[in-house]
Amino acid sequence: MFSWDLLANAVVAGLLLGGFYAAVSLGISLIFGLLDIANIAQPAFVILGAYAAYVMNSSFGLDPILTGLLFTPLFYALGVVVYRVYYGSFERRGEESLRGLVFFFGLLFIIEVSLSLKFGVDYRLVQTAYTSRSIDLGGVGIAFRYLVPCVVGVAMTLALYLFLGRTFYGRAIMAVSQDQSALRLMGANPVQIKTIAFGVGIAAASLSGALLISIAPVIPSTDRDYIGRMFAITVLGGMGSIGGTLVAAVILGVAESLMSTFSGPSWSLAVSFGILLLALAVRPAGLFGR
Amino acid sequence: MAATLLEVHGLRKSFGGFTALNGVTLQVRAGERFGLIGPNGSGKTTLINCVSGSLHADGGRILFEGTDITTLPAHRRTQLGIARSFQIPKPFTSMTVIENLGIPLEYTRRARSRDGGAAEAAEILRVIGLEAKAHVRPASLTQIEMRKLELARAMAARPKLLICDEAMAGLSSGEVDDILTILFRLNEGGITIIMIEHIMRAVMRFSERIVVLDAGERIAEGPPDDIVRNPAVEKAYLGE
Amino acid sequence: MARTVRAVLVGLAVVAAGIALATLRVNPYLYFAGYVILQYVVIATAWNILGGYAGYVNFGTPAFFALGAYTAVFLIQSTQAPLPVLILAGGLVSALLGLGIGYLTLRLRGVFFSIATLALSIVLQTMIMNWQYVGGSRGMSVLRPSGPPFGSYVTFLFTVMVALAVVAVIVARFIERSWIGRGLAALRDNEEAAECMGVPTLRLKLFATTISGCLLGVAGAPFPYYVTFVEPNSAFNLDYAVNALAMPMIGGTTSWVGPVIGAVLLGAAQQLATVTISSEMNLFIVGVVLVAFVVLAPEGILGLVRRLRGR
Repeated sequence: MFSWDLLANAVVAGLLLGGFYAAVSLGISLIFGLLDIANIAQPAFVILGAYAAYVMNSSFGLDPILTGLLFTPLFYALGVVVYRVYYGSFERRGEESLRGLVFFFGLLFIIEVSLSLKFGVDYRLVQTAYTSRSIDLGGVGIAFRYLVPCVVGVAMTLALYLFLGRTFYGRAIMAVSQDQSALRLMGANPVQIKTIAFGVGIAAASLSGALLISIAPVIPSTDRDYIGRMFAITVLGGMGSIGGTLVAAVILGVAESLMSTFSGPSWSLAVSFGILLLALAVRPAGLFGR
Repeated sequence: MAATLLEVHGLRKSFGGFTALNGVTLQVRAGERFGLIGPNGSGKTTLINCVSGSLHADGGRILFEGTDITTLPAHRRTQLGIARSFQIPKPFTSMTVIENLGIPLEYTRRARSRDGGAAEAAEILRVIGLEAKAHVRPASLTQIEMRKLELARAMAARPKLLICDEAMAGLSSGEVDDILTILFRLNEGGITIIMIEHIMRAVMRFSERIVVLDAGERIAEGPPDDIVRNPAVEKAYLGE
Repeated sequence: MARTVRAVLVGLAVVAAGIALATLRVNPYLYFAGYVILQYVVIATAWNILGGYAGYVNFGTPAFFALGAYTAVFLIQSTQAPLPVLILAGGLVSALLGLGIGYLTLRLRGVFFSIATLALSIVLQTMIMNWQYVGGSRGMSVLRPSGPPFGSYVTFLFTVMVALAVVAVIVARFIERSWIGRGLAALRDNEEAAECMGVPTLRLKLFATTISGCLLGVAGAPFPYYVTFVEPNSAFNLDYAVNALAMPMIGGTTSWVGPVIGAVLLGAAQQLATVTISSEMNLFIVGVVLVAFVVLAPEGILGLVRRLRGR
C-alpha cells in the first residue's frame, strides 16, 4: 500500500528522528569513536536521563529539556567517577578488552535493574506544552514532539563539533585520540583529558535522555533498543567523526521510518542491526572515518 | 650467488592521509645479514608489518622463495618460514616461558613429536640463555629477558627468515653484545636475518648489507661502510 | 588420551548418579531447581569456551539459548520429533548462528563482536515475537510427550540435563587441554603475536564461536518441555545474559572448573533467593557481584584459591 503522501511523511519523520538519534549517539561517538572505550552502558545512562526528566516533570512540572540541561553537570560528575574506576581497574593495567566490556555491561545491567526496582515496568511519559501540537508543512504533518528533539539534537551535535574543533580541551581530546604520547610531550595529561572526554560523553546522556522521553514513553528496558542504533550510527558515520554521526543518524532514521511505515514497526530494530553488520562488513572505518 | 629469499616490489601503505610506504623495493638474499635503518617514522616497522602479514599493503607485491605471499594471512607466512620479534615485546602472559615457545613449535610443525616439542624448546632456551626461567611467567622477567623471549619465540617457529624489530632498544652495551652473539650464531646456522635497529654500532657490526628508509622511500643501499659515508643518509638523520 | 578416557568414565558415573537420584522420591522441587542449575552449568561452560578461553565476550547468550528453544518448538509443532533430535537440531541451529555472527565480525576487533552480540538478542527476540507459528508474542503451549523412560517427565529432564552438563564439561575440558585450547589461550593473551607465531586465529575463533553457540542451543532445546509454555520474554530472559557472564567470571575463566563452580554457587543462591526476594532484586545483586568481581577479583574464585595457596 503505497502513496506519495505516506512516503513523504515517512521521510520527514525519519529526518526528524535522525536529529534525535544523533543526539543519543553523541556520547558513544565521543567515548567509543574517539577514546576507543567500548562503553556499552551508554544507553543506560540515557535512560537514566529520561527517568530524571520524568521525575522532575511529574513532581515539579519541569520541562524535560530544562531538566536535561540542569542535570548535565551531575551526569558529567558521574562520568568522571565511572571513568576513574574504569581507568584504575582496567586501562592502566592494560586489561581493558574483556574485563572492561564486562564492567560496562555490569553497569548497564545495574542501572536498568535499579530503575526497574524503583519505577516498575509501567511506561512513563512527560507532559509538555508542546506534546500534542503539530504544524503542517506542505501537506506533511510535523509533530512538535519530534521537531523539538530534532532541533535540540542538531544543536547538541553542532555544540560538540565546535567544542572539539575550537576549544583547548576539545582539541586536546582530538589529539589524545590520535597520539597519546605526543600529548604527553605537549605537557597535557592524557588521563585528565580522557576523563574530561568521558565526562562530556556521559553528560550528553542527560539531555539526550530528556529528548528520548519527550518523543515516546519509556520503560527501563528501552535502553536495549538503542544499543544497536548507537553503535550502528557511530560505526557508519566513521568512528569519531561528529559530522559523520549526524549524517549516519539521519540515514538510520529515514531507513527505520520507511521500514516502519511499509513493513510494520517491529522491524525497525532489525534495520539498525542490519546497518551495523553491513557497516562492519563493508567499511569498518565508516563513511567519514580515518 | 645466493638465491633471493625475500623480494618486495613497489610496496605502498597509507594510513588515512599519511603515506607510510611509498613504493619500496628491495631484495634479501638467502643466508644474508640484512640491516634496515632510517629515522623515526620512516616506515621500517610498517614495512616489516606488511612483510610478516600483520598489515595488508595497499599496493605492491611480496615474494618469499619465489611465491607471492602478498595476500596470505600472517599465520600462513609463519608456516612458510617467516618469523618476527616485536619492538614492544608481546609475550603470552598466561603461559610460562617454555609454554610461550610451545605455541610456535606446535603450530609450525608438520608432524607432532611425542614430547610436544619440549626438548626442542629447552634447547632454544639454552642457546638464548633463558633455561633458568623456563617455568616462569613473563611478568617476572627483566627487560633483556623479555627481549630474549621474543627472539626465542621467533626461533621456535623454525624460520628461514627471522625479522628482529628493534630487539635491542633500551639494553645496556653488554646486553646488546649478548643479543648480537646469539644472532650471529643463528645466522651461521643458515637463518637469514633482517635487523631493524637504531643502535648504529650493532647494525654496522652485524649487517652485510643495509637499506635506508626515509619518509617511506628507499634512499640508500649498500655495505655498512658505504652507508656511513652516504650524504643522503646523514641528511635524513640529522636534517639540513 | 588416557586422561580423556578417565574423564569420560567419571562423566558416565555422574550421569548414572543422576539417574539414581531421579528415581529417589525426594521433594520434586529438587528436580526443578536441579534442572535450572545444571542448565546453567551448560550455559556457563559454553560461554567460557569463547569468553574465557579465547577472550571474546558474548553478550547475546539469550539469543543462542532461545534459538535452541524455539528450534525445538518449531520441530515439536511440525514433526513431533523426539527429544534427542530436538537437542541436536537446537545445537546445530545455534552453532550456525554462532558461525554466522563470527564470520561477520571476528575479522574485526573483539569489541565489535561483543557489540553485535549485544544487539543480536533484541533483534532475534523481535523476529520471534512476530513469528506466529511458534507462538509469537503470546507464547505457545507445549505438550510433554507421554511415557518418559523413568520417573516423572521432570525427573527425566533432570537426568537429561545431567548428561548434557557432563557432555559440555567434557567438551570444554578436552578443548582446554588440546592444541586448540593452547592456540585459543595464545590468541587471548595477544592475538597479533599468536597470528605471527603460526596460530590460525580466525579459524580458531570461528571454531570457538560455533562450539559455544552449539552448546548454548543444546541447553535451550529441552526448555520447551521443561516450562510447557514458551514465550519470548522467558526464553530471551536477561537472566541468561547476566548469569552466562557472571558465573564464569565469578568461578574463574581460565579453566573448565570455574564455570561449574560459578554455576553451582550462583545458581543455587538464586534458587534460594527467588523464594525470599523479587527476581529484579536478585538480578540487581548478581549485577553488583559481577561488577565487584570484575573490579576486585578478576580471576574469580579459582584465582583467589590459587593466590591463597601461594602459587
